[in-house]
Amino acid sequence: MQEREPISIKALKAGDREAFAAMVDEYSPKLYKLALRMLGDPLEAEDILQEAFLKAYRGLENFRGGSKLSTWLYRITANEALMRLRKRELDTVPVDEPLLLEDGAEIPRELKDWCCLPEAELMSAEAQGTLDIAINSLSPALRAAFVLRDLHGLSTREAAEVLQISEAAIKTRLLRARLQLREILSSYFSERMERTSNART
Amino acid sequence: MPEHNHCQEFLSQISDYLDNNIDPLTCAELEKHLVDCPNCRVFVDTLKKTVYLYQQREADINIPSEVRERLFKVLSLDDLIR
Repeated sequence: MQEREPISIKALKAGDREAFAAMVDEYSPKLYKLALRMLGDPLEAEDILQEAFLKAYRGLENFRGGSKLSTWLYRITANEALMRLRKRELDTVPVDEPLLLEDGAEIPRELKDWCCLPEAELMSAEAQGTLDIAINSLSPALRAAFVLRDLHGLSTREAAEVLQISEAAIKTRLLRARLQLREILSSYFSERMERTSNART
Repeated sequence: MPEHNHCQEFLSQISDYLDNNIDPLTCAELEKHLVDCPNCRVFVDTLKKTVYLYQQREADINIPSEVRERLFKVLSLDDLIR
């Protein structure tokens, strides 16, 4: 992750409001996007964002600087989002994923090449809706790994620090997330291709 | 898929391959396999495209200005909003 860290930790810890405002200014867009992708709901994402910065404000004195400021803020936000999802899905979906792939569990099934579809098809409102449905169908653990690594560009190590799991676990979760998303999008776009070719004949 | 051992090997290393996180020798072997195996080629292309589509979608999302304003207000920083 490319990052400038011009914000003085010393000033933050001393309660400097301008330093805190600069931190909010710099990180709120990223953290909002993280919360939005995790929760899939703008109102809840805003709630998580506010809660995360309030926690950061109260927790600043305990920030040791062992990790980067951004990683620390990501961790607080991801934790808030995962807690919210746990509450939401308490009796339905398990939040934690087994770390190992079962044999054959992730073998690709859809192998139609839909990459050649025109950009307008790939980016249509209906396709975007399918992207949302697909990502929301991932377990929170897989979604978090995918969002941090592929959408926010964190390294495996940074994502592991944020989620407080091993780097091996991040890699496994990322692989599973990517494979599951590919499978869902492949079903959708293969069907689109068939619809288009049927319409032509 | 997997039709033979090469495909299974490919699948197990696909994430590292996408992230350019494998040694050059293994990478060359995998790419040689891709030339010979249409199924794996489609698989890797659609996997890359999947990630790309999400990245494109993400690039279009921004924090709404009213969300930002309310955040500064909640934090009692509304006098410092830029």
